[in-house]
Amino acid sequence: MEMFSNANDFLIWVRGDAFNIALFILIIGIFIRVMEIFLLGRKKDFSEPRGTEWGPGLKNIVSRSVVDSGTFKRAPFIVIVGYIWHICFFIVLLFFVPHIELINAMLGLQWPGLPSQLVDAATVIAIVSLIAMLWHRLTHPVLKFLSTYEDYLVWFVTFLPLLTGYIAFHRMIDPYPLALGLHIFSVELLMVVFPFTKLMHAITLFIARWYTGAMMGRKGIES
Amino acid sequence: MMNKKTLFESLQQQGVTRRGFMKYCTALTSLMALPPSMIPIVANALESAKRPSVIWLSFQECTGCAESLLRSHSPTVEGLIFDHISLDYQHTLQAAAGDAAEHAREQAMKEHYGKYLVVVDGSIPLADPGYSTIAGISNLDMLNETVAGAAAVIAVGTCSAYGGLPMADPNPTGAVSVSSLVKDKPVINVPGCPPIPTVITGVLAHYLTFGSIPELDDLGRPKVFYGQSIHDRCYRRPFYDKGLFAETFDDEGAKKGWCLYRLGCKGPMTYNACATLKWNQQTSWPVESGHGCLGCSEPNFWDAGSFYKALSIPDGDYAKAAGYAVATGVALGAAAGFANQKTKSSAVSQHTKVTVDDFDMNKDKK
Repeated sequence: MEMFSNANDFLIWVRGDAFNIALFILIIGIFIRVMEIFLLGRKKDFSEPRGTEWGPGLKNIVSRSVVDSGTFKRAPFIVIVGYIWHICFFIVLLFFVPHIELINAMLGLQWPGLPSQLVDAATVIAIVSLIAMLWHRLTHPVLKFLSTYEDYLVWFVTFLPLLTGYIAFHRMIDPYPLALGLHIFSVELLMVVFPFTKLMHAITLFIARWYTGAMMGRKGIES
Repeated sequence: MMNKKTLFESLQQQGVTRRGFMKYCTALTSLMALPPSMIPIVANALESAKRPSVIWLSFQECTGCAESLLRSHSPTVEGLIFDHISLDYQHTLQAAAGDAAEHAREQAMKEHYGKYLVVVDGSIPLADPGYSTIAGISNLDMLNETVAGAAAVIAVGTCSAYGGLPMADPNPTGAVSVSSLVKDKPVINVPGCPPIPTVITGVLAHYLTFGSIPELDDLGRPKVFYGQSIHDRCYRRPFYDKGLFAETFDDEGAKKGWCLYRLGCKGPMTYNACATLKWNQQTSWPVESGHGCLGCSEPNFWDAGSFYKALSIPDGDYAKAAGYAVATGVALGAAAGFANQKTKSSAVSQHTKVTVDDFDMNKDKK
């Protein structure tokens, strides 16, 4: 690391310029992807509507979070581990006090945090579930066949912030500014990759679910 | 010369008892993370140590480091030890000035060539030597000249250890640290703004006891004093772990002594002994008095963001970056959207209808 004379320099860089660059790319990427979806629009439906669009659309955003029994029977592992992963990930992301401080500083929103030990436990579970999912992907013949380079990239950039966060919290790398710097840097990597990969599902799932619900609603069917 | 007297003899003259001296040696031994069996060895070494000649050079500094050491409320053993090293040159303290003072420095250098210690506080300006001179000699020249015959150099304070305040962006004087200039002598960094007096004397005592420099970390700091972070030894740490934080300097949390992380405490990234040694004869230390750690013993602490911003908050102008990103994103998104629409409409217009006849394999033969 020639450009940094010490770990503090690195931390200053990741908290300053690097974060701005990552944020810049993240926002531009999200705007391009979302605007592409909306500007492309949908084919005009000439049939006479049998129901409304908005209500069922919004309801579908929520109701699709409930597992349907068919999916569960086909892929119980993915459903269970997937749920564990997402819940633990959101606990870590949204209820660790230093993260709340970051959100508060950037968006002005604040809520109470959880004790560090609980967040720590959630981190371990999230890490284990991610490893389990990678193992599942590598051992399941169909899943392995369908996996592309992007799937592994997405796994890697999601795994890294958790791992570095765990290392930084437990101060397993010396000096600490390096540990914290690596954690923030790994998040910046995630921010840069996010808009251009499947990670965009965190945003597009709302659009997709709304469209499905709205289409069904218009046809007068339960979705 | 005065140097003939041993350290213990001169301490005795100041009214320090044998018991007081041994207590100090015990504390010092544990401070240096040595086993108790080393106490008599430390005591013996300090007792018989000849007062080393010390030349103290003050460059771009505020004298806070010297004040930290010398303005203790009551004389302490470490204060007395410092009094009884042979401080042959310290232009802030000595009565002589100009040529006479410089003469004292030159004489000490000549008499103790290869054996004296050089203590430096303050950074060295490289942009223009005129920013800081002593008796018409530039800081750089004086450092090079004095260090040439030194046994070791102790960089006291963050300015001399890492450049400190003078080196803060935009660094108008081109200030640099001692270790970036002195390459052929051992340099011990004793950072802090100012450093803890006990740490300064502890480093001197280590040198007197063992005749060598203590084990240093990656940033040239003695590991015995800078091996642990403030956060790891902070008595408020349990509140951090429980998620209990003061949110302003006078809320309920602050009154109950909760963790100061949210108020910008830099304890997690700061390596120093404040939490264990404390200040002003073990009276208190910044976090105990209700203010977060500033991270003053770390390189570039002035440029590491606001003292009152939590460590997890980015320090750049991210609102501006986000603003530009939204504008650029909307423009690029619109461009991409229209390009896609164009592709779609041209696909529709160029679409040719396929009939059943096109699938007739024998069409050409007909």
